[in-house]
Amino acid sequence: MDSPLLLPIARVQPENAQAKTLYFDHALHSQPGQFVMAWLPGIDQKPFSVAYDNGREFGFTVFPVGPLSQALVSLQPGDRVGITGPYGHPFSVKKDRHYITIGGGYGAGPLALLAERAAAAGAQVDFCLGAKTEGLLLFAQRVKTVPNLRVHIATDDGSLGRRGYVTEILEELLLETGAQTRLIAACGPELMEKKVLDLCNEHDVECEISLERYTKCGFGVCGQCCVDPLGIRMCVEGPVVDRETANRISEFGAYHRDKSGTKIRY
Amino acid sequence: MISATSFCGVEFGNPLILASGVWGSAASSLARAVENGAGGVTVKSLSLAPRAGHPNPTMVGTKTYFLNAVGLSNPGIEAGKEELRRYKELAAAPLIGSIFAGTADEFAQLAAAVSVSPIDLIELDLSCPNVGREFGEPFAYSAAAIGAITRQVKSATRVPVSVKLSPNAWNIAGLAAAAEAAGADAITAVNTVSGMAINVRARSPVLHNKQGGVSGPALFPLALKCVYDIYERVRIPIIGTGGVTTGEDALAMIMAGATLVGIGSAVYYRGAEVFKKIRAEMEGIMAEEGIKTLDEIRGAAHRACP
Repeated sequence: MDSPLLLPIARVQPENAQAKTLYFDHALHSQPGQFVMAWLPGIDQKPFSVAYDNGREFGFTVFPVGPLSQALVSLQPGDRVGITGPYGHPFSVKKDRHYITIGGGYGAGPLALLAERAAAAGAQVDFCLGAKTEGLLLFAQRVKTVPNLRVHIATDDGSLGRRGYVTEILEELLLETGAQTRLIAACGPELMEKKVLDLCNEHDVECEISLERYTKCGFGVCGQCCVDPLGIRMCVEGPVVDRETANRISEFGAYHRDKSGTKIRY
Repeated sequence: MISATSFCGVEFGNPLILASGVWGSAASSLARAVENGAGGVTVKSLSLAPRAGHPNPTMVGTKTYFLNAVGLSNPGIEAGKEELRRYKELAAAPLIGSIFAGTADEFAQLAAAVSVSPIDLIELDLSCPNVGREFGEPFAYSAAAIGAITRQVKSATRVPVSVKLSPNAWNIAGLAAAAEAAGADAITAVNTVSGMAINVRARSPVLHNKQGGVSGPALFPLALKCVYDIYERVRIPIIGTGGVTTGEDALAMIMAGATLVGIGSAVYYRGAEVFKKIRAEMEGIMAEEGIKTLDEIRGAAHRACP
């Protein structure tokens, strides 16, 4: 059940200046937006969004930010990682929607998988990608082969694509026609996501947002990732929430809780 | 069928309460347990200062047992009091404030601090198995220590006090008697029992803390025996908790002598709707067996034919 399965890394794919995707030959049966818990004995165990899953092989993308992620990016094929999951409520995959995905930084991971699944189902996709600089963009090349998909890029320094925020691209796309069938899917820094939600409210467009909270168990018992005032668990009822739910989460864009449960303001 | 249950003068809408530790300390999370049918809730134990707890993995779930070593993470009493106050705005069901500390003085200080919040009962967590010598171990098995802490806490608060005991103690009924003699209003039995999981392919304990506390179905028969033994020794009421997963388990706990029944890792086995499910199962068995009230069967196992 929810005890780690030790899986050997099948291959390691460098994605950009910092990130690597670790692939495993394992039928995870995940849906876009779900996550796994990855454990290295003696170091730590943390949640990672599934970035790739073809039914036989899955992968998740790691940015080195702390002890666990730094250890993970240094691993070689054959090294083993303790995996539990997949967990969480995913993005919807609907064939009759025009998807606009908004990914900031490593938020592009689950959105690339969503874009592939949605396009395979027959949906049209605008894939909007933002990062600080060109070297930190994720999956810009990977999604280029997806049918019925347009890529839009924004970088803070203007090194590739538009100079500015990825949400500015969304503002422009929302002015185009066809609003009834649109589904906006966002994953990235919380203040970016809040901007996406505000725009979707303003234009009355359907959206789904992946909301990350500090995760301990990952399967709904510890209460660490609950959000105010609903008390719903981002590892079970989330991380992906629809617009109505996001609007009812008063802490969204305002604060989150650290591992002690202390509130931290954005 | 199942109706309100009075416990230490506090009215619980039904006897199924959220046990400490599950669903944390955030008011919104605790209130959701009430929405899902809990008769009351217990906040995850609070300490004087905030604590980050142990690194992950902190929880392991299997079919037969649940294991955790969260390490008493909590935002500390000041932020905790704010959550308790907020809980009372969100839910009407009684609130049990669980506290833990390293010394009797600190326990009394915490009890006084938490008593200014709108809590209905204080639970003394004297028995967490996951923080070694830092907390828990020095008290968990000592009648003298449990008596001294209970006495000091009782003099610091007017809120009723329940003392939570460890099933690792060979003399748990004696410890309950010591708490009662020191003025405890109730006993919570039991905490988790000390245990471990090893991933054989990693050749490593799974929990970062190596050892943890076992709950879930594996704990149930141990907890049931502890409640049975305690009921024979004390007159104060008991919160029976430990591995209760079904309505049949809950009724057995009450027949062993429990007044309230704690629901913890059953959230893992049965989902967020667990309180409603267990209640419906209890009522089904009660209807089949012609049991009209829980009072009628409380302690019934002690009156069974030899």
